[in-house]
Amino acid sequence: MIKSSAAEMAQSLASGATTSVALTQAHLNRIAEVDEKVHAFLHVDTDGALKQAAEIDASRARGEKLSPLAGVPLALKDVLVQKDVPTTCGSKILEGWRPPYDSTVVSKLKSAGVVILGKTNMDEFAMGSSTENSAYGPTHNPWDLTRIPGGSGGGSSAALAAFEAPLAIGTDTGGSIRQPAAVTGTVGVKPTYGGVSRYGLVAFSSSLDQAGPCARTVLDTALLHEVIAGHDPKDSTSINAPVPQVVAAAKSGDVKGMKIGVVKELNGDGYQAGVRQRFEESLELLAQAGAEIVEVSAPNFEYALAAYYLIAPSECSSNLARFDAMRYGLRVGDTDGASAESVMNMTREVGFGREVKRRILLGTYALSSGYYDAYYGSAQKVRTLITQDFNNAFAKCDVMVSPTCPTTAFKIGEKANDPLAMYLNDIATIPVNMAGIGGMSLPCGVAPEDGLPVGFQIMSPVMQDQRMYSVGAALEAALLSKWGAPLLSQAPSLGGAA
Amino acid sequence: MSALTYEDVISKYEPVLGLEVHVELNTNSKMFCGCSTIFGAEPNTQTCPVCLALPGALPVVNEKAIESTILIGLALNCSIAAFSRFARKNYFYPDMPKNFQISQYDEPICVNGYVDVEIDTDEGPQSFRIEIERVHMEEDTGKSLHVGGSTGRIHGADYSLLDYNRAGIPLVEIVTKIVPGTGKYAPEVAKAYVAELRDILRALGVSDVKMEQGSLRCDANVSLRLIGSDVLGTRSETKNVNSLRSVERAVRGEMIRHAELLNKGEKVVQETRHFQEDTGLTRSGRSKEQAEDYRYFPEPDLVPVAPDAEWIEKLRASLPERPSLRRKRLQEQWSVPDKEMAAMINADVLNIVEETVLLGADPTKARSWWLGEISRLANEKEVTISELAITAKDVAEIVSLVAQGELTDKLARQVVESVINGEGTPAEVIASRGIKVVNDDGALMAAIEKVCSEQSETADKVRNGHLPAAGALIGAVMKETKGQADAARVRELLLGHLGQAAN
Repeated sequence: MIKSSAAEMAQSLASGATTSVALTQAHLNRIAEVDEKVHAFLHVDTDGALKQAAEIDASRARGEKLSPLAGVPLALKDVLVQKDVPTTCGSKILEGWRPPYDSTVVSKLKSAGVVILGKTNMDEFAMGSSTENSAYGPTHNPWDLTRIPGGSGGGSSAALAAFEAPLAIGTDTGGSIRQPAAVTGTVGVKPTYGGVSRYGLVAFSSSLDQAGPCARTVLDTALLHEVIAGHDPKDSTSINAPVPQVVAAAKSGDVKGMKIGVVKELNGDGYQAGVRQRFEESLELLAQAGAEIVEVSAPNFEYALAAYYLIAPSECSSNLARFDAMRYGLRVGDTDGASAESVMNMTREVGFGREVKRRILLGTYALSSGYYDAYYGSAQKVRTLITQDFNNAFAKCDVMVSPTCPTTAFKIGEKANDPLAMYLNDIATIPVNMAGIGGMSLPCGVAPEDGLPVGFQIMSPVMQDQRMYSVGAALEAALLSKWGAPLLSQAPSLGGAA
Repeated sequence: MSALTYEDVISKYEPVLGLEVHVELNTNSKMFCGCSTIFGAEPNTQTCPVCLALPGALPVVNEKAIESTILIGLALNCSIAAFSRFARKNYFYPDMPKNFQISQYDEPICVNGYVDVEIDTDEGPQSFRIEIERVHMEEDTGKSLHVGGSTGRIHGADYSLLDYNRAGIPLVEIVTKIVPGTGKYAPEVAKAYVAELRDILRALGVSDVKMEQGSLRCDANVSLRLIGSDVLGTRSETKNVNSLRSVERAVRGEMIRHAELLNKGEKVVQETRHFQEDTGLTRSGRSKEQAEDYRYFPEPDLVPVAPDAEWIEKLRASLPERPSLRRKRLQEQWSVPDKEMAAMINADVLNIVEETVLLGADPTKARSWWLGEISRLANEKEVTISELAITAKDVAEIVSLVAQGELTDKLARQVVESVINGEGTPAEVIASRGIKVVNDDGALMAAIEKVCSEQSETADKVRNGHLPAAGALIGAVMKETKGQADAARVRELLLGHLGQAAN
């Protein structure tokens, strides 16, 4: 049961073949069996999930009209607040904090009857590409437990790949949904910036952060997308427009006549051979499905990474200033006679990890008087240029595509002491965030040299998210008929009763 | 103490002013969340995830606050930016929940305005133009109470209490350009400017403008330069100036302090200073020599403010008459002496008097009721006039009844008191109390009023408490009534009419 898609589970629930309590319990059992190895979850809300599941079953028994995903379980990245459930953002500084309110994403999940199993592991405050920066220990990739599951949302993707949940929520600031999806052989979507409310998403970089759906199939991702998307008056940057029809697009999967732009700059040197091979094969499949493959150029993408590492740390240095030991979370050094300042300093010293401190320092420096124009100011100009590159390219094609990551999953510890190498992993995902457009990663095979999953990235213009779902569904269908079974069936068994 | 007199200072130096005024808007909810703004609630009861800066919470701009700010900008002759942005001002302080303040930095909503203020000078009334650099929106911080320690400040305190009710209250900051050319009148000009601002803001209805409660706060920047020099001196910024009088005192005090330093060949330190209400002096706050770096950058959680032109024009059309112009107009229309006008403004009865006049009452009568009897009763009850149960309509009715001879002044006072005591409208009071006009008195009153208007100077003396002058008026009334009136009754009525208690 737990290896089905969310859509299939929803069908079983609707037909009465199973109940939400049974389904939820099955996933709780799976978590109990395998999460010791995977460590996808920071907190499992057994009681809350079962209670919510029972309520859905009761509603269904009363014949109430339920939304399509009602009763299906989900794993929530620990950066989104859920009332009364611990939210740590993978940081010691928030250890023990129970939010008194629900994020908009959580409110929407609850009202759609989606059962929230618990909170998933992540790089501290979403800063990282491997989940190694979690203060609570790394998550392991179900394909190879010695490897990283991507980051920052490695917990959410690993939970999907380990069949601990059929649905998950991630957040994507520079690739934190798409890169983990790529390296775990799952699907992840970063919607258009402003497509999903950020209210209750603990901010890393406000102008880049975006919550999005994660699942094992394109259709499941689309179903979840429509649950969480939409305008929210509590988020001034949320777009007041109808939600793109992503479920319809995922169901039709029609790419006939669509122009697919291959980004010249996101390929070639630095990309693993197996990654390039699977990417090229996918392009052929899309061409066979009726799409026209064209090449597009984005000359300014080469500056994206540098600009990103000025903008994101700048915003983070300000966003994380609120963790001062005054109102919530950790408090260190509060002894008799200690000043507020020293308590704050000691708390931040102990509460934040190395990568977070590195970025706070970077950002503080970049925003300082005398440096602002050279750093933050220039980075904003690069951002405008990247947006122009996208606009120019989208004049020639309907969607743009690239490999999601240059490589497959690397070993835990391999890049932990080389931040620059770690940052380079996001080279193909960051431009999407800089321009605020939509991006999807879906599995397109395993690299022959290491047998690890490869991600295929699809990018669509602002509020045209349905386009990436059409292309994603078409490619997924073509790959499935080629493979005969979902890619995850090739992943090693983690043991357990599944 | 100071060897230097004010005259010494101004004979050598020219003061240059710069004034920053913070105004708390009187919106019902906070700047970026829905919490109430009511003053004086239990600590930390008017808070939510947004104004407590809980992780994940986001600000949303209060549209009413934007409207109020645009109104202020328009009233101060500013241009309203088609596009303005909020920015984050980053610094750590325990009463600021986010450890940054959402403010406006290089893209404020209103720019380049002016206010003309008039003061009395040795050469008569003189007008000064104060140029406004910008008007921008921001949020207030919470309040800290530092307990223990000698200074009441965070350093040395045993512990501190934090109240976040004020955190996020909408603030508008009004910043002048530098104000040179006020010479020896700098202190008066500073005071007149703040007074004018206060009146304008009150007329707009956008703030309570209570300096003593902190809803209007002024920071006074003062520097001196040698007369004839065009090089600006080093400025000090005086905070904590909580009344109009203090504005004047603070500027004067800083001018003298700077001059003393400069005369001794010492440097003025660029710093924040705190005004001491008791001594009228300032004491040093934090030095600004190592200017704090606020690391401003555009607030990414908010979209730019882009008010459409139609809205701005609608607001412009709704602007009330400028208070100082209105005062001039009313004073002329009503022929009010300066002193009386000042008294009316002080007692804040201008609006209600105007309302009474618009209902047909004679301006002098309307004024004397509100400023005299009714103000006296309000004082007695320790409430404001607006809290009394008497309206402009009631007073207009009473004035009319007196004019028709249906009431004497004395009876009218009875009626006023009864209305204030909640006995109903004037007509209801007259009916229920059976107040009857004594016809004889009516005839006497006509004579008294005639005499008082013929001999208005003498009447004014009596009004001002010079009772011996009443004799002349009584004689004239006796003559007017051909000696048939009772002089004691005449005296009683006359004194009553002139607002003096008869005995």
